[in-house]
Amino acid sequence: MAVIGIIDYGMGNLHSVKNALDFLEIDNFISSDKEKLAASDALILPGVGAFPDAMESLHRDGLVDFIREQTKTKKLLGICLGMQLLLEKSYEVRECEGLGLISGEVIRITAPGLKIPHMGWNDLRFPRETPLTAGLSEGDFVYFVHSFRAELACEDDLAAYTEYGERIPAIIGSGNVWGAQFHPEKSERVGLQILRNFGGMIE
Amino acid sequence: MLAKRIIPCLDVKDGRVVKGVNFVNLRDAGDPVEIAKFYNTQGADELVFLDITASSDRRKTIVDVVERTAREVFMPLTVGGGIRTVEDFREILLAGADKVSVNSSAILDPTLISRAADRFGSQCVVVAMDAKRREDGSFTVYINGGRKDMNIDAIEWAIEAERLGAGELLVTSMDTDGTKSGFDIELTKKITEAVSIPVIASGGGGALPHFKDVFELADADAALAASLFHYRELTVGEVKEYLAENGVSVRLTR
Repeated sequence: MAVIGIIDYGMGNLHSVKNALDFLEIDNFISSDKEKLAASDALILPGVGAFPDAMESLHRDGLVDFIREQTKTKKLLGICLGMQLLLEKSYEVRECEGLGLISGEVIRITAPGLKIPHMGWNDLRFPRETPLTAGLSEGDFVYFVHSFRAELACEDDLAAYTEYGERIPAIIGSGNVWGAQFHPEKSERVGLQILRNFGGMIE
Repeated sequence: MLAKRIIPCLDVKDGRVVKGVNFVNLRDAGDPVEIAKFYNTQGADELVFLDITASSDRRKTIVDVVERTAREVFMPLTVGGGIRTVEDFREILLAGADKVSVNSSAILDPTLISRAADRFGSQCVVVAMDAKRREDGSFTVYINGGRKDMNIDAIEWAIEAERLGAGELLVTSMDTDGTKSGFDIELTKKITEAVSIPVIASGGGGALPHFKDVFELADADAALAASLFHYRELTVGEVKEYLAENGVSVRLTR
């Protein structure tokens, strides 16, 4: 049976992701060990915090090149900050290079008159069908907490978006590399469906 | 569109859910995990656990409750009650909570807000306050479960809490709490106008129109209630259906 490695690089609540996968009976483990992670069938990159700190941690643990190499043959799902790290660069705190697995940048949300961070349940729209969003419906709600958003270079990488003063990419990716701006592990039925779909994509 | 949130609060003592009426006369009620699951099926958007355990091993008890809940309920969980240190934050967050709320301890040492925000991020720091009207119409902040008047202006404290790094405010009106006469619109509105972080209104929700009012008249981002939901006078589902029918954006589950 397929097993998912949750990448531990010292950023964010990994246990919430583990709890959700355990609940779905998807085999998984948390590790920072490259050998162990290399033996998994797919990876999840979680993350809460600031972009430069996260990249620094990934560099420190030698995970930047590792993740780039792994995704040539393996599915990866980035969650929240973990999704943003997949892009080429971010302007959070300072200009900082990301993993560059998806073309685009991470920029501050500009939502005139609206509160920042964008926090709470917001509904999804789907410009295209993807294996990760199978079984979801227009208007399904998921839980967001973020102040920065993806600015995709290629519209084809957009799998779902929400509206918050402007269009906010919610699920991005193609091929092996996927990301969710919201927290599927905190989004009840809809979020669990996405994680279940991800589990299904690696079998 | 971002949904207005309905948040049931579970008052937890020694690992069991109770609800105080005006901070006294606690009634036993049940297993927090079962109640959390029940609220989840009702469509609750988040859950708040307020730990009112007095004993010295309180942390262990609430950590256990959060760990068990987080294994079965996949929505944001907030824990408050007796959190005094950054280490307390760490323990509660590691147990599976997403946010920690601080009340008295933040008033007594406001640097707790900035220290916790620096370490874990503002998104997990909720500053809770119990506010009460003064004779001149302003609002003062009480601590220790509404026992001690700190003579601090509630609006100024809200602004200061935001400046220090609070990610959200949980504002309880001591004047309306337990009355079921409606949320404190004036207090809530003053605070939502003063800060740009989300505000959870608490205290006084007793009927369906109260929820519509606090969202439309006071611009609250979320409304919290404990006994109303606990004794099933209204269900979370009923409140959300009513709000949806009345044009308030809520997350309806199916």
